[in-house]
Amino acid sequence: MFRLEKRPVPSKAWTLATPILAVLATMIAGGIMFAVLGNDPVVAIRTIFWDPLFSEQFAAYSRPQLLVKAGPLILIAIGLSLGFRAGIWNIGAEGQYIMGAIAGAAVGLAFYPASGWYVFPLMVIAGAAGGFLWAMIPAILRTRFNTNEILVSLLLVYVAEHILSAMSFGLLRNPEGHGFPGSRSFSEFAAASNPELIAGSGMHWGVVAAFIAVIYAYVLLTRHLIGYQITLAGQSPRAARFGGVNPNALIVLCFAFAGVLAGAAGLFEVTGPAKQLTENFGQGYGYTAIIVAFLGRLHPVGILLAGLLMALTYIGGDLAQLMLGLPAPAIQAFQGMLLFFLLAMDVLSNFRIRLKKKETV
Amino acid sequence: MTDRLLTIDGLTKAYPGVIANDKVSFGIDAGEVHALLGENGAGKSTLVKMIYGLVRPDAGAMTLMGDAFAPPEPRIARAAGVAMVFQHFSLFEALTVAENISLGMENPPKHRELSDRITKVSHDYGLPLDPERLVGDLSAGERQRVEIIRCLLQDPKLLIMDEPTSVLTPQEVEVLFHTLRQLSSEGTAILYISHKLEEIRDICDSATILRHGVVVDTCNPREKSARELAEMMVGSALHEPLRDAGALGEVVLEVNALSVPSATQFGTSLKSVNMAVRAGEILGIGGVAGNGQDELLAALSGEAPSTPETVRFDDAPVGHLGPNARRELGILAAPEERLGHAAAPDMSLTENALLTGAIRKNLVKKGFVNWTATRTFAKQVIKEFDVRTPGASTAARALSGGNLQKFVIGREVLQNPRVLVVNQPTWGVDASAAAQIRQSLMDLAAGGAAVIVISQDLDELMEVSDNFCALNEGHLTRPHPAKGLTVEDIGLMLGGMDEEETADV
Repeated sequence: MFRLEKRPVPSKAWTLATPILAVLATMIAGGIMFAVLGNDPVVAIRTIFWDPLFSEQFAAYSRPQLLVKAGPLILIAIGLSLGFRAGIWNIGAEGQYIMGAIAGAAVGLAFYPASGWYVFPLMVIAGAAGGFLWAMIPAILRTRFNTNEILVSLLLVYVAEHILSAMSFGLLRNPEGHGFPGSRSFSEFAAASNPELIAGSGMHWGVVAAFIAVIYAYVLLTRHLIGYQITLAGQSPRAARFGGVNPNALIVLCFAFAGVLAGAAGLFEVTGPAKQLTENFGQGYGYTAIIVAFLGRLHPVGILLAGLLMALTYIGGDLAQLMLGLPAPAIQAFQGMLLFFLLAMDVLSNFRIRLKKKETV
Repeated sequence: MTDRLLTIDGLTKAYPGVIANDKVSFGIDAGEVHALLGENGAGKSTLVKMIYGLVRPDAGAMTLMGDAFAPPEPRIARAAGVAMVFQHFSLFEALTVAENISLGMENPPKHRELSDRITKVSHDYGLPLDPERLVGDLSAGERQRVEIIRCLLQDPKLLIMDEPTSVLTPQEVEVLFHTLRQLSSEGTAILYISHKLEEIRDICDSATILRHGVVVDTCNPREKSARELAEMMVGSALHEPLRDAGALGEVVLEVNALSVPSATQFGTSLKSVNMAVRAGEILGIGGVAGNGQDELLAALSGEAPSTPETVRFDDAPVGHLGPNARRELGILAAPEERLGHAAAPDMSLTENALLTGAIRKNLVKKGFVNWTATRTFAKQVIKEFDVRTPGASTAARALSGGNLQKFVIGREVLQNPRVLVVNQPTWGVDASAAAQIRQSLMDLAAGGAAVIVISQDLDELMEVSDNFCALNEGHLTRPHPAKGLTVEDIGLMLGGMDEEETADV
């Protein structure tokens, strides 16, 4: 019989090793799934993890995509991770991301066709404000009326999606777009665009912001009192209250961080890789960022690595769909396995597995 | 009433470091309501767990209706006719009453039939309950009815009730007692665990009193006064007070008509509490657990702020201030629950030193934590309070209870408090660590601080206190000099009995 024995202190070695084990287990289980679907598992795994970066044929296109995809994931996940550490469950980053994009885009379009340097910074501020305000709805409902922030933040995503649809068909529609839905293209509106900063790298202002957010979050969590209070409130709410932490202020603060970063991510995306605001702008980054946050163990550096890994499975997944004809749900299942195995392997850092002979009574 | 239902003979159960039950013997007759009376930690729970088959005795035997009875698990005990209503319910909120009851049965009958039986039993015993209601919608009293009816459906010979009234309103208590009397008249024996003396006098035919795992007395509670019962429970071997209520300084902390509604469903609201502590004084507050101790500590520490005038410090209103604002003034506290309240279990001792030390020890500058200074402070606590731990980076939960308690008390004492409030400072702590903690509190008071010690250990309170008062259902009695208090006086104060009478003694 196997028996789980709680460790007195979580094992540091296992905490570092479990993400790697989880990736390996995902490769094995995913490989079996691909084999059942009639594909060579080795080829499929290589297509997902190796080809996007090193294949001569595709790397030129897909390598920059790594940063393009990882940027918003990291930026959003950093914001979410602070709340998750404190036990505040903001599941609605997708909505905050969309609202940030709408608010930022609206400000930019209001200046059209101005060419001042100030346009883009104003848009970033508006984008962050859009995400912030959208995040304040679940935060204030929670602190005032004790509503469940998981439900409220999640349901607000659907509201945001409808607003996005209304905007791209209505108020923000390109007046010169021959009736097609969607805003003006920001790539043709220089003062409001977020171009690739170094050709062929995929680096744009959103990626820069993500790296800065990683550094700031790291400093906040390790050196600053707020970071300490966030971790404390998540681990031990009663001790936090005894230590003078105001739980409601912390809820508002964590939602604010998440909203600002998700909103900014939305703005960088709409002005950069997405080029314009369309009905289909929301691509699920806000949801995937939840996985990224946990995959990175809610640690800023972990999130940086996890964001890159997740982006890789996205690009690789697309490639596998294209090259091997794998169905999209199989790719999503593969990504789901990653989170599943990570959470399952988590047991190892808190428990030790003991082989035990059946006890004689 | 003379049929012997259950005989317990020499039951002994030892846990590492403590003998929970030492050769406990008594008997219960059919139809008898038998009280098991004792302070917290007297061994009541262990004893009933052995009867219910949750814990196996190390030695001793039980006889149920003439047959040897040694249940290896609760299922066997239930089959033999023993049922138990726990203090904490095990119900699924998302399921209906009938579904919950069906889950606990060996061979549940069909739903319709079960519902009819539930309705009938609940009607027969005056416990109205709709089998189709969701448990999530029920009050605590109604949830207890679900547990009782679950037991009654098994037609038990012996019903064990572990502090059943702790979650009930007075009206619900009336209904419950009515049911218990009816059961008793039908021949069901009831083993009733409580430390509420009046209740026991009200409903029980006989009582077995446990102290430190030993049966110290058996009596008919109706023939004894609450005072006598309290004496038996507390024991007469109280230490002589060691301190004189000598020359004390000015009043440092004053509490005026402080009423705090309980934050939780099972808590006790504070009702117009008044007290004053002087510099150099140790005020001991006794009382049985759950009479408002946690609430009082929260009100003094600032976790449960109130209106400004209810708490005055140095003659200035502070009742509205939060924990950190009070720490700045010098009002510090150490709560009872070490893991999860006084300290965060998964955090290191260094991080836990920051928890309360941030302000008075200047560990945070412009929002940034000075970890070097924090580590130094943690090491100072570890060294001066002899905390046995590999180092300051050890997680709090890895420490033994006594060592963590020394850390928690030391962390506050070394911040030079003007007022220190501690709740159960030596609960679950070994004797030498307990002595050390008490000494540090007395030293602190000798240095001019006002100390409030909330405790259920009367020996401890008599040892350290200058003045003594008691909490009873959220009321605080007037203080009396600890020197000269007799066991009778204390028993009365704990029972919340006539205040004037005590004052005259």
